[in-house]
Amino acid sequence: MKMNGAQAVIECLKHENVEVVFGYPGGAVLTLYDELYMANFPHILPRHEQGAIHAADGYARTTGKVGVCIATSGPGATNLITGIATAYMDSIPLVVITGQVAVSLIGRDSFQEADITGITTPITKHNYLVKDVKDLPRVFKEAFYIARTGRPGPVLIDIAKNVFAAEIDFEYPKTVNLRGYKPVCEGDETSIDAVFTELCNAQKPLFFIGGGINLSDSSAKMREIIAYTGIPTVSSLMGLGCVSQNDPHYFGMIGMHGTYAGNMSTTETDLLIGFGVRFDDRVTGLLNEFAPRAKIIHFDIDAAEINKNVRTYIRVVADLKWSLNTFFAKIKQRTSAEWHQQFKPWLKQMYAWKEEKPLVYDKKSHQILPQQVIETISKITKGDAIIVTDVGQHQMWTAQYYEFQKPRSFLTSGGLGTMGYGLPAALGAQVGAPGQKVICICGDGGFMMNCQELMAIADLNLPVKVIVLNNSVLGMVAQWQRTFYNGHYAHSTFKTKADFVKLSKAMGVPAIRLENKNETQKLLENAICSDGPFLVEICIPNEENVLPMVPAGARLDQMIMGG
Amino acid sequence: MKYTLAVLVENKPGVLTHISGLISRRAFNIESIAAGYTEEPDMTRITIEVEADDEYELEQVVNQLSKLIDVIKIIDLTGQDRIHRELALIKVKASPKNRAEVINIVEIFRAHIVDVNKETMIIEITGEDTKIEAICELLKDYGIVEIVRTGRIAICRGPRPAKNV
Ligand SMILES: Cc1ncc(C[n+]2csc(CCOP(=O)(O)OP(=O)(O)O)c2C)c(N)n1
Repeated sequence: MKMNGAQAVIECLKHENVEVVFGYPGGAVLTLYDELYMANFPHILPRHEQGAIHAADGYARTTGKVGVCIATSGPGATNLITGIATAYMDSIPLVVITGQVAVSLIGRDSFQEADITGITTPITKHNYLVKDVKDLPRVFKEAFYIARTGRPGPVLIDIAKNVFAAEIDFEYPKTVNLRGYKPVCEGDETSIDAVFTELCNAQKPLFFIGGGINLSDSSAKMREIIAYTGIPTVSSLMGLGCVSQNDPHYFGMIGMHGTYAGNMSTTETDLLIGFGVRFDDRVTGLLNEFAPRAKIIHFDIDAAEINKNVRTYIRVVADLKWSLNTFFAKIKQRTSAEWHQQFKPWLKQMYAWKEEKPLVYDKKSHQILPQQVIETISKITKGDAIIVTDVGQHQMWTAQYYEFQKPRSFLTSGGLGTMGYGLPAALGAQVGAPGQKVICICGDGGFMMNCQELMAIADLNLPVKVIVLNNSVLGMVAQWQRTFYNGHYAHSTFKTKADFVKLSKAMGVPAIRLENKNETQKLLENAICSDGPFLVEICIPNEENVLPMVPAGARLDQMIMGG
Repeated sequence: MKYTLAVLVENKPGVLTHISGLISRRAFNIESIAAGYTEEPDMTRITIEVEADDEYELEQVVNQLSKLIDVIKIIDLTGQDRIHRELALIKVKASPKNRAEVINIVEIFRAHIVDVNKETMIIEITGEDTKIEAICELLKDYGIVEIVRTGRIAICRGPRPAKNV
């Protein structure tokens, strides 16, 4: 069928079952926007390109589908960079469409020209510059395929302005033909035999689960394996929700702000089995002393993750869907009771650690403490909401105190640690999951980085609930300064105090401030159960620390404890 | 230790950017890199010489490069029975007075003289890098004006092409 390039782009999106795009118009994509308008294609307009890309990311994390984002050339494209890097670090599938100046103008420092494929090469799974309209269908087919298969990630398609207007006889390819890209699905079964043998001989095995469980939709299988074997399980930040926090074999997060039981068990275990994790420095602490008594087994889809940070004893390189199924079949050679019996003393030790030093905060304080706020939200929502955070102390308190029950319910920028992620990602999450409660928890610093997206939330009347934990400081920075820099609060406090309630109302979102501790429950309940969008500003003390804490570069068992 | 990798890539625009971007992002120590067309019109072969402390480090280089969509295959030629060569063009000062001496050196090294003028000549030499370094060392005394080198390329002996290994 004959059409122009812009119509072809829309056809490609339809063929890929894209329900909605997040974007921001500008010169180089005007032809595309005209066609979007005429096709009445679902499009959401945030107030900043960074908002658009984080929203597409939030949409992708909740739905498991590929998030799609559009921006114009030059500044539109460069405004996406933080969001692309955020998605890349957390392996989130995105297709990012940017306009480029016309082919005749490329390379001449033309108005709004930026070499976005050059700039994004290290932060995309792949990228394309389309200069010929004939390439559009193939490039889109490949881009979606690459974004969602294997280890997912963002793919950028930069399209020269004249391509949108050029004529094409459109046909969407049925298959992709990429010699250099064959994502692994099935792995080597003998490696799983080897894991089985190790497990039979282990006294103190530990499962360590990560974001890969979410990405491969393997949470249910993982839970079955844990229940069958009775093996204690810990999680990375990205793995939260994959196992119910109330599972009797679950002992919380490990790493810099991990639980005492989690970090002690990592130090004591004789067999650490990582599933979809990448052993990043926030998890391992001092790398040479990480899991010092353990053989490490690593299940991952990405061969490049093996031996990247820790030395692996056995590797299982495959899609977790395949490996967990195969693994489960193998461990069924022994009865559930046998496994449970084998690990009983170890589980007892785990409980002892948990009881000895649980997560604590001052429950009697007359001030509203953030940990208590998170616990209250957790109770009100029964751990069933989609929780989106920004980056900082509130993020860690949420990770510690919210009782996540289901996968894909905790959206946070884990790898890049992007302040400003929360609000736009919550917008995208709510678009992807209209029937669910979406709650965005942020600090006053990060909230300001993308607070303009309240207006996009108001536009759509999305029932996102925003909790701003206002401590009037860049809390996490201040905590480090208090702990390691002699209390020099170098540029981590704000002179002008914003009135977030007024700000929210000015952008069309009703809001309220919580100042009195006794009202916490009632006020949060009203806010969370309200129909439309709502913002709650909560004033919390400015010297509260996130604990436990493993200082950067220390061993995991060298935690600074609270209480 | 030094390792030699043959990297077969799609002959597409942007491939070299992707490869060099990856090398710098992952902080790999690349000693030499040489790219050129092959027997297949849509395939480019890049020979990379990489310095790695141990096999884990090399494994990272190979695995990360393999992840690039346009990389078709990577073959580690290090332990294999292979031939490697480099081409250098050297512009050296050669006055009528000492020209004979330079020619003598060129002959000993089985190099070629490809251009001469009143003040200089250009020498073409192929061989292993040690050979190129040796001739440069000798020519230094006459005054080297300019050197261009291609970087090392390598091929395995025997009937099978690397892509079928
Ligand atoms: C874009 C960006 N800039 C800077 C940082 C460094 N940083 C990490 S946490 C933090 C403080 C966050 O303060 P706030 O948003 O108020 O949250 P709190 O820690 O108080 O909960 C800063 C500045 C970052 N992670 N991201």
